[in-house]
Amino acid sequence: MNIHEYQAKSVLKKYGVRIQEGYVADTPTKASEAAKKLNEETGTSWYVVKAQIHAGGRGKGKINETGSNGVVLAKSLAEVPEKAEKILGGTLVTKQTGDAGKVVHKILVAQDVYYPGESEPKEFYVGILLDRAKGCNVIMASTEGGMDIEEVAEKTPEKIVKEWVDPQLGLLSFQARKVAFKLGLEGTAFKEMVKFITSLYRAYVETDSSMFEINPALKTSDNKILAVDAKVNLDDNALYRHPDLAELRDLSEEDPLEVEAGESGLNYVKLDGNVGCMVNGAGLAMATMDIIKLSGGDPANFLDVGGSANAKTVEAGFRIILKDPNVKAILINVFGGIVRCDRVAQGVVEAYKNIGDIKVPIIVRLQGTNAEEGKKIIDESGLKVVGAVLLKDAAERVKEALS
Amino acid sequence: MSVLVNKDSKVIVQGFTGSEGSFHAEQMIEYGTNVVGGVTPGKGGMKHLDKPVFNSVQEAVEKTGANVTIIFVPPAFAADAIMEAADAGIKVIIAITEGIPVADMMKTKSYIKERDVTLIGPNCPGVITPGEAKVGIMPGFVFKSGKVGIVSKSGTLTYEAADQVVKAGLGISTAIGIGGDPIIGTSTKEAVELFVNDPDTDAIVMIGEIGGTYEPDAARWLKEMGNPKPVVGFIAGQTAPAGRRMGHAGAIIGGAEDTAEAKMKIMKECGLTVVDSPAEIGATIAKVLGS
Repeated sequence: MNIHEYQAKSVLKKYGVRIQEGYVADTPTKASEAAKKLNEETGTSWYVVKAQIHAGGRGKGKINETGSNGVVLAKSLAEVPEKAEKILGGTLVTKQTGDAGKVVHKILVAQDVYYPGESEPKEFYVGILLDRAKGCNVIMASTEGGMDIEEVAEKTPEKIVKEWVDPQLGLLSFQARKVAFKLGLEGTAFKEMVKFITSLYRAYVETDSSMFEINPALKTSDNKILAVDAKVNLDDNALYRHPDLAELRDLSEEDPLEVEAGESGLNYVKLDGNVGCMVNGAGLAMATMDIIKLSGGDPANFLDVGGSANAKTVEAGFRIILKDPNVKAILINVFGGIVRCDRVAQGVVEAYKNIGDIKVPIIVRLQGTNAEEGKKIIDESGLKVVGAVLLKDAAERVKEALS
Repeated sequence: MSVLVNKDSKVIVQGFTGSEGSFHAEQMIEYGTNVVGGVTPGKGGMKHLDKPVFNSVQEAVEKTGANVTIIFVPPAFAADAIMEAADAGIKVIIAITEGIPVADMMKTKSYIKERDVTLIGPNCPGVITPGEAKVGIMPGFVFKSGKVGIVSKSGTLTYEAADQVVKAGLGISTAIGIGGDPIIGTSTKEAVELFVNDPDTDAIVMIGEIGGTYEPDAARWLKEMGNPKPVVGFIAGQTAPAGRRMGHAGAIIGGAEDTAEAKMKIMKECGLTVVDSPAEIGATIAKVLGS
């Protein structure tokens, strides 16, 4: 599960990670109040106004309606509501949102942390993620803060410091020191970075996160280390242990069809293609999407109905797929094991009749237990539904439906 | 011969008396699997499906000589169940449970590394040696005995592959569903290695999906070994977008190396026979075996 920057920062702060302070606001007036409060508490006289959406590249991204960037600097209290006005309610398009962009409902008004002082401010990258091959967490850090880390990894891999953490022992003190030394830090900044990494790792473990990305982590001109941005990804499977974190979910950031599917117990991902599909099992669902592509179409979605492909789940699946206006055909692919194909076929017919007039052709491929009986039910239903048993026949039927 | 499980395997079921455990234990017994009992803490001494129930895995091992376990315990307690089985001296642990927190699996994997045990899964359909033992949730009738080994991250896609292999006139030595989670006990390479060393496996079907580097790792290892047995590979998710989770917790494209395209390219370069379409698995395996 993804959370917003302002939420991520407040979680990190609880674990003693120093952050760029700020307050969230949903109106220009509240943004103004937030800035005043920040001024009193931190003494800052410049403010950063940051759009809160679940996507990166906000700084370079643009608001469609006003042309404002997603992250802007306000050099006085008076500027804050003006800048906020140009972001709130607008549609922010970044390289990660796609052309449709995302509507900004909230902004974070944050203190300016790039103030001049005894030394130059310097940006770093600090991330924690799972190393799947090694089966443990890895801390990744780099002197190239503020940059796209994938790009750094590709062009200058020597600038990335990695430290793997033993799951049974946790992060050892020397490991945090090693990372801080390798980043070329010394004195107060070194000590601050050790503390930063140590608290960050503790936050990661205690929140059951699956990814932290602090980019940039800033060394200020007075040698403090703090998180200027924070991307936090929580492990969905562990949310039952963290009801407080589960509440941070922002449904408005998710595709409404995906939310609806989730409520019906379906695993649905919206895609841009023209052939909808409904499958039992995630691997077979991905393989079915591939079949659609090889048949000359493009998958409109990923949809795993899970173990029990019954009339209720099939109907819910149909209704969700049919809400996508791009869908020109639907391929249902079920391998009946424990669930019998004749039952699934009856479910499909029932769901079809409940919905009524379906305009697009439907191909139902049933294989496994009672596959032939299933096909017979489909073929004899009198509905605009084509049956298939072999996967390659299903591919042919999709081709025909699109031609 | 076969790998991991056979007719001599003595199987226990952890989470035996729960609804999932009961249903699949019954199916396994019906298939002919030698289920010797089950474990449900607090229900020891009972009989369930005519088999003894024990309070702990240790007790089950002592009383029945069990060497294989299948786990249906709910996600919050599943990691503990795996470690309990490893501690009790079980040799093959098959964890079906979906939804175990990553942090729990990280600790579990580290714990079992120090012990002489093979973990399959979690979030997997299990393992079947046709005609001998089904230790999983797959429809047994699809799998006929033969000389093709199957390793796969997915459930229904494994059944699909098995069905095609059988319809091509061949059969299966053992099918291993390794699971779709980011951290699993047995990697693709480790499963492939079992088949390479199995005298009764002539060819291997290797089914992967987006995310992680298991399939390229297996392909590189096969090349290093001089490609000892023909391998037909398929990677699901050629059309999956980056950064989105496709059902399985581990099926997500995070970098350039874990796309289907990149994996298939490496597999081809290493000398594997790669099919673009999942509908071609059966025909292709028949072709490489010259039948």
